[in-house]
Amino acid sequence: MNVLVRVTLLGLLLLSGAAGAVIETYEFSDPELEQRYRQLSTELRCPKCQNQNIADSNAPISQDLRKLLYQQLEAGANDEEILDYMVARYGEFVRYRPRFSGATAVLWLAPLLLLLVGVTAAVLTLRSRRSQPGPAASLSRDDEQRLQDLLGKTEKDS
Amino acid sequence: MAPRLKLFLPLILFVAMAAFLFRGLSLDPQALPSALIDQPLPEFSLPVLGQEQLIQRSDLLGEVALLNVWATWCVSCRVEHPYLLQIAQDGVPIYGLNYKDDDAAAARWLTQLGDPYRANIADREGSLGLDLGVYGAPETYLLDAAGVVRYRHVGVVDERVWQTILQPLYLELTGEGSGG
Repeated sequence: MNVLVRVTLLGLLLLSGAAGAVIETYEFSDPELEQRYRQLSTELRCPKCQNQNIADSNAPISQDLRKLLYQQLEAGANDEEILDYMVARYGEFVRYRPRFSGATAVLWLAPLLLLLVGVTAAVLTLRSRRSQPGPAASLSRDDEQRLQDLLGKTEKDS
Repeated sequence: MAPRLKLFLPLILFVAMAAFLFRGLSLDPQALPSALIDQPLPEFSLPVLGQEQLIQRSDLLGEVALLNVWATWCVSCRVEHPYLLQIAQDGVPIYGLNYKDDDAAAARWLTQLGDPYRANIADREGSLGLDLGVYGAPETYLLDAAGVVRYRHVGVVDERVWQTILQPLYLELTGEGSGG
């Protein structure tokens, strides 16, 4: 009995979480469309709030875009057509994964470039450290002699 | 020489970062370039505010004009309203796009605060707004005589915005129109 109550409560809790995540719910004619709706709404950026996708944002413009997305999916548009439609109106900005072009090349390539710079720096540092002779060997013969003398002196003193 | 250069590396990095950050101070991260710049204004056929009569894209052509996206729920629109009245008085044609608004409230607004608009497009569902890529009112589009979008300003149009950004473009376009 107790277990049943717990399970029910847990179920309710999970349900409420799902309801809170989406502001409005759309009935899809095909579960595959719903899947694509989820995918696309997380990939489209809200033009007003900028750091949220339209799935997370509660801004009126996001609601409009979600509605539009739903309508277009139900009308049978493919992902490419929908993204093109959005980009034609809101610019490449509206996509979290913008198309590779002259303007977005830096955006796409910067992480790779930075990684390369980092790896090169690390390799160079490690190499120079390994090839560097130890500090003792870098002493000139005179210094070596002095060191030995001093060491001998302290040993005698103690 | 090389080790010395290494010593200055943090300083160089700092200066480079400071330069970028300083530049960032004067940039508005909310300002997005419109996807419609140098593109023709989308076709539409929507009612004139408060009337049955429809207004089309072709009704806006023929001269350089501003298309101002506004609504009564938009607080900043109230801020820019007096200035729009002023530039309308100076002879600048302004068309209004009443965006996702209530017709009655919009009509009341215009009778109370004055009407700077040649005509108002009642975009109740926001469909033209969507085609324009409107993401927040107020927005102001500068259209040339052929109906091509030349500039989009997001936010309040005040004296500074008009004089430094919109007016120079407006004069340039009208000058082009009369010259050839």
